[in-house]
Amino acid sequence: MGDIFFFVEVLVAGLLSGVMYALVALGFVLIYKASSVFNFAQGAMVFLAVLSFVGFMELGLPFWAALPVTIGMMVLVGMATERFVLRPLVSQTEETLLMATIGLAFVIEGLAQFLWGVDVRNLDLGIHDEPIGWVMDTTGMLISQLDIMAGVVAGIMVTALALLFSRTKVGRGLRAVADDHTAALSIGIPLKHIWMLVWATAGVVALVAGMLWGARSGVQFALVWVALKALPVLIIGGFTSVPGVIVAGLLVGASEKVVEVYFGPYFGGGVEVWFPYILAVLFLLIRPEGLFGEKIIRRV
Amino acid sequence: MLIHKVLRRVLPGVAAAGALLASAIVPTSTLAQQPEQYFPVASMRVGPYNAMGTGIFGGVIDYLNYVNIKHGGVNGVKLVYEECETEYNAARNVECYQRLLTGPNGQKMLVWDPYGTPLAYAVIGRVAADNVVLAQAGYGRTDAADGRVWPWVFGATANYWSQIGMKLNFIAQQEGGIEKMKGKTVVHLHIDTAYGREPLPAMREIAKNWGFRLVEIPIAPPGLEQQSQWLQIRKEKADWVTFWGAGAGMSGTALTTAARVGFPRNKIIFVTFGGAEEDMIAGGAAAKDTHVVAMVLPGKEWPLIADIEKVLYKDNPGKGNMQNPNRVGTIYYNRGVIAAANYIQAMKNAQRIHNKVGKPINGAEFRDGYEAIDWRSAETRKEYGIDGMIPPYRLTCRDHEGAGTFHMMQWDGAKFQIVTKDWMAAPDPKFIRKLIEDSAEKYAKENNIKLRDCPE
Amino acid sequence: MFYREAGQFRTSYAQDTQLLPLRQDRVGMLVVLIAAVLIPFFANDYWLGAILIPWLILSLVALGQNILMGYAGQLSLGSAGFMAVGAFACYNFMLRIDGIPFVVAVVLSGVCAALVGIVFGLPSLRIRGLYLAVATLASQFFIVWALDKFGWFKNYDPSGVITAQPIVMFGHNFASPGEKYWVVLVIVVVLALLAKNMARGSVGRGWMAVRDMDVAAEVMGLSLLRTKLQAFAISSFYCGVGGALFAFAYLQTVEPSAFTIELSFRILFMVIIGGLGTIMGSFLGAGFILLMPIFLNVLVHSLFGKSVDATVASSLEQLVFGIMIILFLIYEPLGLARIWQLTKERLRLWPFRH
Repeated sequence: MGDIFFFVEVLVAGLLSGVMYALVALGFVLIYKASSVFNFAQGAMVFLAVLSFVGFMELGLPFWAALPVTIGMMVLVGMATERFVLRPLVSQTEETLLMATIGLAFVIEGLAQFLWGVDVRNLDLGIHDEPIGWVMDTTGMLISQLDIMAGVVAGIMVTALALLFSRTKVGRGLRAVADDHTAALSIGIPLKHIWMLVWATAGVVALVAGMLWGARSGVQFALVWVALKALPVLIIGGFTSVPGVIVAGLLVGASEKVVEVYFGPYFGGGVEVWFPYILAVLFLLIRPEGLFGEKIIRRV
Repeated sequence: MLIHKVLRRVLPGVAAAGALLASAIVPTSTLAQQPEQYFPVASMRVGPYNAMGTGIFGGVIDYLNYVNIKHGGVNGVKLVYEECETEYNAARNVECYQRLLTGPNGQKMLVWDPYGTPLAYAVIGRVAADNVVLAQAGYGRTDAADGRVWPWVFGATANYWSQIGMKLNFIAQQEGGIEKMKGKTVVHLHIDTAYGREPLPAMREIAKNWGFRLVEIPIAPPGLEQQSQWLQIRKEKADWVTFWGAGAGMSGTALTTAARVGFPRNKIIFVTFGGAEEDMIAGGAAAKDTHVVAMVLPGKEWPLIADIEKVLYKDNPGKGNMQNPNRVGTIYYNRGVIAAANYIQAMKNAQRIHNKVGKPINGAEFRDGYEAIDWRSAETRKEYGIDGMIPPYRLTCRDHEGAGTFHMMQWDGAKFQIVTKDWMAAPDPKFIRKLIEDSAEKYAKENNIKLRDCPE
Repeated sequence: MFYREAGQFRTSYAQDTQLLPLRQDRVGMLVVLIAAVLIPFFANDYWLGAILIPWLILSLVALGQNILMGYAGQLSLGSAGFMAVGAFACYNFMLRIDGIPFVVAVVLSGVCAALVGIVFGLPSLRIRGLYLAVATLASQFFIVWALDKFGWFKNYDPSGVITAQPIVMFGHNFASPGEKYWVVLVIVVVLALLAKNMARGSVGRGWMAVRDMDVAAEVMGLSLLRTKLQAFAISSFYCGVGGALFAFAYLQTVEPSAFTIELSFRILFMVIIGGLGTIMGSFLGAGFILLMPIFLNVLVHSLFGKSVDATVASSLEQLVFGIMIILFLIYEPLGLARIWQLTKERLRLWPFRH
């Protein structure tokens, strides 16, 4: 009986960490959905966002003032990226754009440390990260307030963004731009405004993800690597699907933890580092565009 | 469009110019009025360990500058240094080693201390031929503590096997004695690399001898997610966890996750490489009561640290290397200062032994001086202003480790408190020493190295 | 005026299809090769050991990556993983087979890497583009984990970081940087020549057909399975040989943490900035990516010296490096090889403008 409880514990822990992965992956999906660019610099942006947030608070701004200031800064970073990096490369190949975003990642990492220094900082969100008593007593599961908050925030963001893309005029414009931006331009969709909006939203998503990860791991350089954990989620969910990100995140998180705990010890552990990626490859072999991604149509 | 054309031409030219400029690192021998001694600094200011790197190498640089300003150098020999960024990357480290081998004043470097085990390994094969001392200050190749096999490699103050011995000793004391350890469970939670697995051979032996259960749980880097590991720790009903991580992210995550599964923080013991204020800060409120091992004690009250702060930050502002002056006196900073203090004592010893007081020395002379490092006398320690910061020890021909003792600290939420009364060693230091010498002798046999003849 | 083909007649098919049709090119290449062989007599240890040797080795790996990405069009991020296979295979061959010549061990380790490459190249038959790139990351992480985890690869060494054996061939120990440089030079030149000829021949044409439009290539009768896996195999062979040389002739240690994803990214940069689909581009790109951080480090030190905080300086270097990459991609997306090509074309017309 105790074994079943332990399995449920591991499963729940996996689902909760999957939510955290999904939050990071959401930023990728946003930018890809609206500009067909795979923004490898998303991890660096998460780092810059939360580091700036903590930095502004250290400079004296209170929590609720630092929030919009940081969002404003991320919007500026996004706009600068769009103007100086993406627009000149607008007709280049996928590889070139990928490389440009990797170069951008270096720029943003260097910028973050240049502006705010290398000290490790702590982020206290005021939300307890210890198991909630009555939940643990009744069900034996370890869930903290921060976990619930993460889940709620992720749910809200995913729903809002999914609705934005499918129901609103702005969302239609975003999808049109991603499909073919010259055609979108020709029918009068304001490209610059659309891209500004996308990068602003991606900045907000990066900040939220950064705050939650930073509360758990401290605000330090390794945060840029949360992006590597989000990539399998992106593949399994599909690069263009917002709800797919959540489903894939839960799947990756849960399977990763269960495999690590139950099968890992046979290999000496540490299988978490490659298991999500191999899982993603297996998924791709069955569905090359991910679970919810748009089917890739190629004309020969 | 003109700018496009111009840039198109400029970019390849820049690359070519870079190659030419890199060749301008050919040393020019300048006629210095004052004799100089050149030291390289292999720092890491970007990358995942930049918090550690800026602290340690800031300490080293500050001490060198302090000696110059306060004492006019070592017996009149001015200290100069050159920095090179390794980014904690073995290949960059090799390039830095080659680049800094000869300093701007034409002298060859005396010592290399890159503060990373893989980086030390990358150059360990060259140091003997290059006459450079590899000063692994508390990390690196553990069996190099046997000076008969590696005359040029040192590991003061202590190595990882002594450290794990001391941790287990502390645990045994907390439990009420070695007999009480029977049936207890100790988990070694470590980063899944060679460094993380380093203490396991010693741990397994001690577990067999004492009768406690050892569970080994690895964390895949970067370790920002440790839910499954800590759930396993809870399932195993661990009594103690020895945490061997790397990077503030892994440390912070470990502490918050431990809080989340309800594992008491005071039963977790951190390692020196990833055990400093930065790691505790990353864990936030969850870090309170965590135990951390200290090879060098933190604090600003020590006479030397206080004086450095006065001379470099208050009297001559701008001379100090730390971007954030509040980091003076933190663990990494103090470790850097002590590492540099070893260089200076080695220099003084070398000048004295080889009758070159007031003159620059070469690599072989420095090596003799380093091997003669002796901190046993309280007078010497007080002279340098570090009495109490380090244990009393000395290096010999055979023993390149020296002390093998540590203090245990506990984080109180704002700073570290020292909880051990005196420097503590492994329960059976001779046993650890035997493991080291066996491993070193095996290596010597495999590689046809003749053991040095050392007086006992 | 000097660089033109007037007066050079080709009277046989062999002459027409030779690698360097212009006499000036042949003379130039000869000069370069002679200079390359004579360099150890003039260069100091720093240049040999820290600049030239890694440049040659990384050019070789970039060549492998170029074959896969530039010629065959398969986006791959796993080159460092295959390098690791090569390095460990070479260590194990030299350890377990007594007296094996170094070159033979290197070739065999390349073959091992090629076999691993085929296994991890199988997904390319179904996945393409960006998805394939992320899938190849799976190979990177898995290979490095496996090499680290299973002690057999490291001969159960307790320290976990193995020192590479010395390079011994024909009874001679190639110990000094100059001698290591010659070994690396010979291997790289031979393999580069091989790559150039493969690219020019039907093998290369098959790859380029797959890159441009693989469905059309299949319709024409090209076996996608064979071509794609061949590309992966050959590319991994080059990466494996490069990895063995990286461990034995440069780092002198064999350990998994030297072959991280950062190295894979660097190789990717080398290929893109050097020029996708060119042999020359691999060499140029490797030189640029290798030298640029050192150049920035030296520049910042000489410009600002000790007056700027070193941490700020290091962050600045990283920033500038990223900016240079982006500028390169914007202003010359076809890379340094294209710049070289344009230079040659202008030389053909010189001193006239057009």
